[in-house]
Amino acid sequence: MTAVAAVRPGGTIVNRIGRVIDRWSMIVYTLLAVIYLLLPVAVVILFSFNSPTGKTNYIWKGFTLQYWLNPFGPDGLASAVILSLTIAVLSTAIATALGTLMAISLERYHYRGKSFTNALIFIPMATPEIIMGASLLTMFVSIGQPPFFPLNFVTILIAHIMFNISYVVVTVRARLAGFPRHLEEASMDLFANEWQTFWRVTFPLILPGIIAAALLAFSLSIDDFVITNFTSGMAVTFPMYIYGAARIGIPVQVNVIGTCIFVIAVGSVAITTVAGRRRQTR
Amino acid sequence: MGSFLKRHHWIAPLALLAPGLIWLLAFYLYPSFQMFMASFWSGSLATGFTFSLANWVNYPNSVSTYAPVYLRSVLYAGAATVTTFLIAYPLAYTIAFKGGRYKNLLLFLVVAPFFTSFLLRTVAWKIILSDSGPVLGPLKGIGLVPQEFHVLASPMAVIAGITYGFLPFMTLPVYVALEKVDHRLVEAAKDLYAGPWRPGGAIVGGTVGFVLMAALGFAFGADPLVLAVVGAVIGAVLFHFRVSESFVRVTFPLSMSGVFAGGLLTFIPAIGDYVNAELLGGPNTSMIGNVIQAKFLTENDYPSASALSFVMMFGVLIVVMVYARILGTEELSAAAARA
Repeated sequence: MTAVAAVRPGGTIVNRIGRVIDRWSMIVYTLLAVIYLLLPVAVVILFSFNSPTGKTNYIWKGFTLQYWLNPFGPDGLASAVILSLTIAVLSTAIATALGTLMAISLERYHYRGKSFTNALIFIPMATPEIIMGASLLTMFVSIGQPPFFPLNFVTILIAHIMFNISYVVVTVRARLAGFPRHLEEASMDLFANEWQTFWRVTFPLILPGIIAAALLAFSLSIDDFVITNFTSGMAVTFPMYIYGAARIGIPVQVNVIGTCIFVIAVGSVAITTVAGRRRQTR
Repeated sequence: MGSFLKRHHWIAPLALLAPGLIWLLAFYLYPSFQMFMASFWSGSLATGFTFSLANWVNYPNSVSTYAPVYLRSVLYAGAATVTTFLIAYPLAYTIAFKGGRYKNLLLFLVVAPFFTSFLLRTVAWKIILSDSGPVLGPLKGIGLVPQEFHVLASPMAVIAGITYGFLPFMTLPVYVALEKVDHRLVEAAKDLYAGPWRPGGAIVGGTVGFVLMAALGFAFGADPLVLAVVGAVIGAVLFHFRVSESFVRVTFPLSMSGVFAGGLLTFIPAIGDYVNAELLGGPNTSMIGNVIQAKFLTENDYPSASALSFVMMFGVLIVVMVYARILGTEELSAAAARA
């Protein structure tokens, strides 16, 4: 796919066609691919301004701001969003802490049983979500048999922390792998103890990796449907609300909230990227 | 504190590792074992379950009933993996080699869909592909597609949904692998007279174009043969001009690790996916995920649901183990870190 056609200027008609294809095919293709990727996002945003006549929000009827002014109108939507946010914040905080410590341990020390630990971190990322959800469900059911373990907030949280840990470990490790160890040695030479060295040298340097890991964990948690579906019992998160509503007709407000989440997420990633770049240039 | 830690040098790594490790052992490994045990249960939620090795019959009973569904899941996931590869590879290639200063922006656009709920995106495809929606409406209007034709509730819709959902999972590892390709090797190949891959490119491109357009033709109910010939011509022309020998012999083989990583990251979750089949598919397109989900959550038939899950997990584990043995876990982890 490298440039091969730009050989002889002028030349035959075949060569001229070749040069046109050469110049434009990649640009056009990339444009089409990006449109394909973002088309559903655009539809989600567009349909948050729709004013459907029936219960279903599938056909464009006309523009309205009505649902943006009343985002928590439908019953249970507000509590679902609050539950999702609470779980996302808590699971992100706990998983980021646990995962960062694991990453430091794995990257800094040599000991036996490391390959087992690596496998245990890797395999959850390669397991279909439905299997993780189903196995957690069977465990919760068998623990409380009978009466059954109440499936609720706590079980969702346990599950979200579990699937987030692996992603945090991998992300933070990537940052630690290229870590300038001599800075820590310099700090120790200058009479800082291990604790001071960690907080004043190591931590600030791996912070971008930790922030990236936390963002990833947060977005995985807030969007998780499959595992939550198995571990939630009667509790309803935002994705569970969407799934439940999909059969009878999704309220327009769901699109409003989806749009807000998209804008906030894109914004926070943009801010951290710009901040990271500024730190690098300084 | 420092001297204490130095004397007991095993404490620090263990203390750092333990909380996360215990969490994974308790809430990943142990539940997997518990699910295996549950596949030997009998009874019901009301009467309670009892464990007995005699219940091994859960396996043949449930697997024989749902063998066609397993097969369908593998087929859909496989087809989606192939189409994802075909879409993602040129995209990743462009970003890696032609991205220039837009590289980070393009990578960001690839992962941007993740910032909207994937359920909402799937519902959005339902809107886009609906019978009189923005795609089929005009096509039917000009008579290119028969009036009674529909995409939703067909295998095509499910495969397309999975393809869309996992496209970033394929694009990122391929990008990571391509990014690492040493440009000097490509130049060396050119110095050694690697030119355009003319006959090979035309043949491969023609074949790919033919198959793709024929499949699209079938899916959209148009004349497959005419479309296939058009596709073959376009594919042959594109590959003839765009694919060079240095790409076929150097760049592509060097990016294979990324292709395998992306394939795994797409195929494995796709096997267990049930949301696309549920929202975009119909009664004849249900995948093994739909069966497991219904058995666990509506029928409360834990024993046979566990047996079905365990068979799936076993298959997945074999694929993952073979993969990890041969190629290691570095590529996958790198891709996950990028995402």
